[in-house]
Amino acid sequence: MPHRTLRSAALLAVAGLGLAACATGGGDSAGSSSTSAAGSSAATYTPKSGGAGGDVGVFTWWAAGSEKVGLDALVKLFKEKNPNDTFVNLAVAGGAGSNAKAKLASDLANGNPPDSFQGHAGAELSDYIAAGQIEPVNDVFNALGGESVFPKNLLELITVKGNIYSVPSNIHRANVVWANPKVLSKAGITSTPTSISAWIDDIKKVKASGVATPLSIGGTWTQVQLLENVLISDLGDAAYKGLFSGETPWDGDGVKQAVNDYKTLMTYTNNASDGDDWPGATDMVIGGKAAYNVMGDWAVAEFTAKNAKPDTDWTWFPTPGQEKVFDFLADSFTLPKGAKNADGSKDWLLLVGSADGQKAFNLAKGSIPARTDVPASDFPAYQQAAMSAFKSDAIVPSIAHGAAVSLAWNTDISTAVSKFHASRDANALVTDLAAAAKKNQQ
Amino acid sequence: MRNGVKTWLPGLLLVSPSIVLVGVFVYGLIGRNVYTSLNVTRNIVTDKIVNPGGYRNYTKLLGSDDYQHALWNLLVLTVVFLIGTMVMGLLWSVLLEKGARGEGFFRSVYLFPMAVSFIAGGVVWRWLLSPAQGEGQALGLNQLFIKLHLDGLQNQWWSSPSAFSMAAMAMPAIWQLSGYIMALFLAGFRGISDDQREAARIDGASEWKIYRHVLFPQLSPIALSALIILGHMSMKMFDLIYSIAGPNSYKAMVPATLMWTQMFASNDKVAAAVNATILLVIVAVVVVPYLIYTNRTEQEGR
Repeated sequence: MPHRTLRSAALLAVAGLGLAACATGGGDSAGSSSTSAAGSSAATYTPKSGGAGGDVGVFTWWAAGSEKVGLDALVKLFKEKNPNDTFVNLAVAGGAGSNAKAKLASDLANGNPPDSFQGHAGAELSDYIAAGQIEPVNDVFNALGGESVFPKNLLELITVKGNIYSVPSNIHRANVVWANPKVLSKAGITSTPTSISAWIDDIKKVKASGVATPLSIGGTWTQVQLLENVLISDLGDAAYKGLFSGETPWDGDGVKQAVNDYKTLMTYTNNASDGDDWPGATDMVIGGKAAYNVMGDWAVAEFTAKNAKPDTDWTWFPTPGQEKVFDFLADSFTLPKGAKNADGSKDWLLLVGSADGQKAFNLAKGSIPARTDVPASDFPAYQQAAMSAFKSDAIVPSIAHGAAVSLAWNTDISTAVSKFHASRDANALVTDLAAAAKKNQQ
Repeated sequence: MRNGVKTWLPGLLLVSPSIVLVGVFVYGLIGRNVYTSLNVTRNIVTDKIVNPGGYRNYTKLLGSDDYQHALWNLLVLTVVFLIGTMVMGLLWSVLLEKGARGEGFFRSVYLFPMAVSFIAGGVVWRWLLSPAQGEGQALGLNQLFIKLHLDGLQNQWWSSPSAFSMAAMAMPAIWQLSGYIMALFLAGFRGISDDQREAARIDGASEWKIYRHVLFPQLSPIALSALIILGHMSMKMFDLIYSIAGPNSYKAMVPATLMWTQMFASNDKVAAAVNATILLVIVAVVVVPYLIYTNRTEQEGR
């Protein structure tokens, strides 16, 4: 599994640099160690004031909804700070970026990269690093403040062999249940469940109160995310992480139990089509057609857009059994090899990583900043709660959003989940998941 | 000798650009694709052999459950699509061929769906074929059934667990191409002179018998061409299925959509090339005998 490699590589690099720092003298050791974790290069990039000039083509899958609002906020700030640069929006629409990734793959293969592209931090980015398609951005990272402003567990994820290849723009939480409090009180549910089985009991109560589909789902990736949530709850955070390092077997009793729970949950859902996007499922909670929806915290923006008020129209809790777990994914921006305007790319990366940029973007998108020095008080209640959870909870990577597994592995898991959606054969799902792990695991 | 050069050289010069272009961009790339499909590949990160190389790449893909599932889906789709389109096209052309009132209007109405791109049509059909059921939940056709108090007709369309669910995916394709087949048949009917009908009527043939024994036999070359055109379209169909079912859909998997997944999601160029070669062979099996047949009948006709 790449994670483990990344982590050990990062540790090695840190250790090596620490030794080097000791060898050269102790006077500057505090300063050296803070830069060393951010990469082997201690160089700091100095941008031209007003921007490097020229077109800066930025590729994202933020083409609609809150994501587009967030991108627009960033672009506005970018234009203010870099009047010499011209921002070119290369966004490609499609949920979770599946369409965009295909377009990007062909652009990169044809040697026609954008100046910067969005990628999920973690295992998914390692595909590009292994293919030599993106360049280290250590100098930009140092200019931003490095380890002193970004959380350490995130740096471990994005550091490969001592180099950092992307600037994270935001953190999302993928293990949140969104609920309609009116539907819950009508069903007589007063307390929040703390295990999957207690949650299933609540779901039965909601169904008995006359809601035909207590749990709403969308297309295939939302089902993968639901399965991932059940896996974390039933296995626990340590064993869940072991699924990707090879310590936890994919055909063991834990996974079988989780798949059976997932099967039970799926009997209380709406009929979704594989190609459906997520807002439809979230809207079912707003409209009271469903009581619960498991979705990443980008759902907050959908609630806001539909004028639903927190606490009265919607409420949230971490997926039962994960009160102290943060299932995370991060978006980040890269510097592709052969970018036509590399200095313009760095202007963009510096803005994405700046405290101002992170605040503007995350306020609009409903995510939380990857930087730790952005004051929480400016954010709405949900985001404040997520920011404090991110600091204190056990952090696990998301499958559906590329933090835990490579794109190829994710594809195999998605196909297995799509197959299960029609067949409802739990044994076949366990077999397919184990086969996918065998094929893609290191 | 010089005379000989004069006769063939100008002609050759005239066609040589197209020979070169077709040679490079069609046959050259087919060759390159076949070459790629035989490669050995290894995943650098996991250090596992992904494709063993040579003919084993083919046996690996053909032997996989997913690919057999995709081929089965393709068979169901093709059969339903062919029958549906031919029946609808023939029916409409029979209704219109006698010069019914407003023929021009109806001809356009039937033909218009073909002007809509598969992608645009697919977005609408994704909604029409939504599997959601029940009051307040159903969308598209299922909602229509509820409004018409035909609740029992609701179904999950292509998402249903049935092995034949791919038949539902043929509906949008039938809707798009029936008009085209109608136009083909209509042209065929117009090509048959009225004298033949008159003669048959004088001989005392009923309308049904005129169609059965006089008109339909003369349409068989057109029907064969239509079948071949539809058959190869069905095998290559990607955009419609992708826009309805999205990426990674197991239920709607056909070789063409699987190839997209192999190429862009799994980043496995070799498996995609193997898949493309198999698709080419399947289409060739259908098209090549047809080309030989038409060549032969044309030569006989001379």
